[in-house]
Amino acid sequence: MKQFGGIATFIDRDDINTDEIIPAKYLTEITKQALKPHLLEDLRLEDGSFDPHSESVQNATVLVARSNFGCGSSREHAVWALEVNNITVVIAGSFARIFRQNMFNCGILAVELPDEELDRLFGLAPEVRIDVDPAREKLIATDARGTKIECSFSLNPFDRELVAAGGWLAYADGKY
Amino acid sequence: MGQTIAEKIFAAHLRDSPTPDNMVLGIDVVMCHEITTPIAIVDLMDKGMDRVFNPDRIKAVIDHVTPPKDSKTATQAKIMRDWARRHAIKDFFDIGRNGVCHALFPEKGFIRPGYTVIMGDSHTCTHGAFGAFAAGIGTTDLEVGILKGVCAFRKPRSMKIEVVGEMQRGVSAKDIILNIIKQLTVNGATDLIMEFTGPVITSMDMSSRMTLCNMSVEAGATSGICMPDRVTAQYLWPFIQQEYASVEAAVEDFTKWCSDDDAVYEKTLRIDVGTLSPQVTYDYKPDQVKDITEMAGTPVDQVYIGSCTNGRIEDIRAAASILKGRTITDNVRGILTPATPAIYSQALDEGLIKIFMDSGFCVLNPTCGACLGMSSGVLAEGEVCASTTNRNFNGRMGKGGMVHLMSPVSAAATAVTGEITDPRSFLDK
Repeated sequence: MKQFGGIATFIDRDDINTDEIIPAKYLTEITKQALKPHLLEDLRLEDGSFDPHSESVQNATVLVARSNFGCGSSREHAVWALEVNNITVVIAGSFARIFRQNMFNCGILAVELPDEELDRLFGLAPEVRIDVDPAREKLIATDARGTKIECSFSLNPFDRELVAAGGWLAYADGKY
Repeated sequence: MGQTIAEKIFAAHLRDSPTPDNMVLGIDVVMCHEITTPIAIVDLMDKGMDRVFNPDRIKAVIDHVTPPKDSKTATQAKIMRDWARRHAIKDFFDIGRNGVCHALFPEKGFIRPGYTVIMGDSHTCTHGAFGAFAAGIGTTDLEVGILKGVCAFRKPRSMKIEVVGEMQRGVSAKDIILNIIKQLTVNGATDLIMEFTGPVITSMDMSSRMTLCNMSVEAGATSGICMPDRVTAQYLWPFIQQEYASVEAAVEDFTKWCSDDDAVYEKTLRIDVGTLSPQVTYDYKPDQVKDITEMAGTPVDQVYIGSCTNGRIEDIRAAASILKGRTITDNVRGILTPATPAIYSQALDEGLIKIFMDSGFCVLNPTCGACLGMSSGVLAEGEVCASTTNRNFNGRMGKGGMVHLMSPVSAAATAVTGEITDPRSFLDK
């Protein structure tokens, strides 16, 4: 099975919408790779702390945010923009339905954690690594100081099957 | 135990239940537009799966950027066009016959009570106005829909929104839904179907019901839905008269879909619109809503009237009632986009386009246009737009722009003064 996890980047905000993940002006692209340089390029945090071109974002394979991640437009380009940047896990307090389904449909992970668990992750020192095991529904986060946090999560059993199958198209093509 | 309308539609379309919580539904209508479909077509072609499950159940339109603005959008249009021809998709709407999908497809009579409808567009929930289950999906779901005519959803859970009271003049469905989103917040209805009921809904026309359902996704809902009734049957009559002996017979048949009295809801919201003022958003989220009186005086640079939310003939009539005999202020750029060619043509017949043009508005062809900042009407950094669309996200209409969502009458009043204006002050004059 595909490995999930790695270096994490944190965005401490609710309601990050798909226009912020990939602006509409890039929806005229017809290859996923063309989206790569534009991930989160219009995202602005109130304290100005987010830079899409920073090393921590560029190197990340896990993204951690707050509630209602991926709200707004149904564009799967938002998921692809993450995917072509090697981000195959998003951990959040909750997800908007279409975004969440798009993640699992692409065979990658949208992991929901309760606020207390998220607070613990956000409280880690820099250079966090998060390894995710979708089969056991567990993740382990470690930071540069060696602090280690283990969290359990639950995936909808169907979504877990989609990840195992490599996505909805592969799953459905054999079955329907 | 009774069932909700969504539960009845799901049961009637169930193809598979991979887990007790997940249902794979047969889909009656798969709708496609040129932003999310070409990439699905290209992917299916690459995989050697360039097939469609049933060309008659696929409806396709070029609406987001039309006529194309550059080579990339021209290519997207061409991929759609070639695909529609290759698969003999007869309901394909190209330049001259194209309009905003969620206004065009209802107008063609494609949506019926009890149907399942999907599209790679989050505002697909609009079609719930017909008593159908209609949901926005991503491109992978669209690919499977095109190939197999199925889509997976979680078991439907509904919330009931009961709308009572008598609306004041100058208050419309847009103000009601903005207020509902304010109360629910942007994720208050996530994974829920918002069922709109009550006397206010029963007496609403289809256009207003579509406005309500259109924005249900802004509260996170899977869809919005209204009970099919006489209003629905009247609207659909030109398309269903071969199937039913009378409108009454159609209403009677549609009733089978309606939620049972003892259906179970996750939650209920009751809203009395008797004291509701015109509503407007003030920041970058659609739940950041205030009474328009609290925002009055905020200067705007542009006013946009159009979109799948409020670009229908009723919306244009409402805005024209304010603009008639008035000119918009020099500081404001007014843009009207009738949502479909039929609406445009009707507005011409009724003299409404002349009212808009005489007042100083620019009139664009039917397209999604400025709403998502993809073509004509993009804002410059720091500019403000009063808009009848559905999203005020940061950067939505152009990087650094601010969008204040409001009703067509509020937008028209705002165009006249150049600052956010309570439309009721115009209605009394």
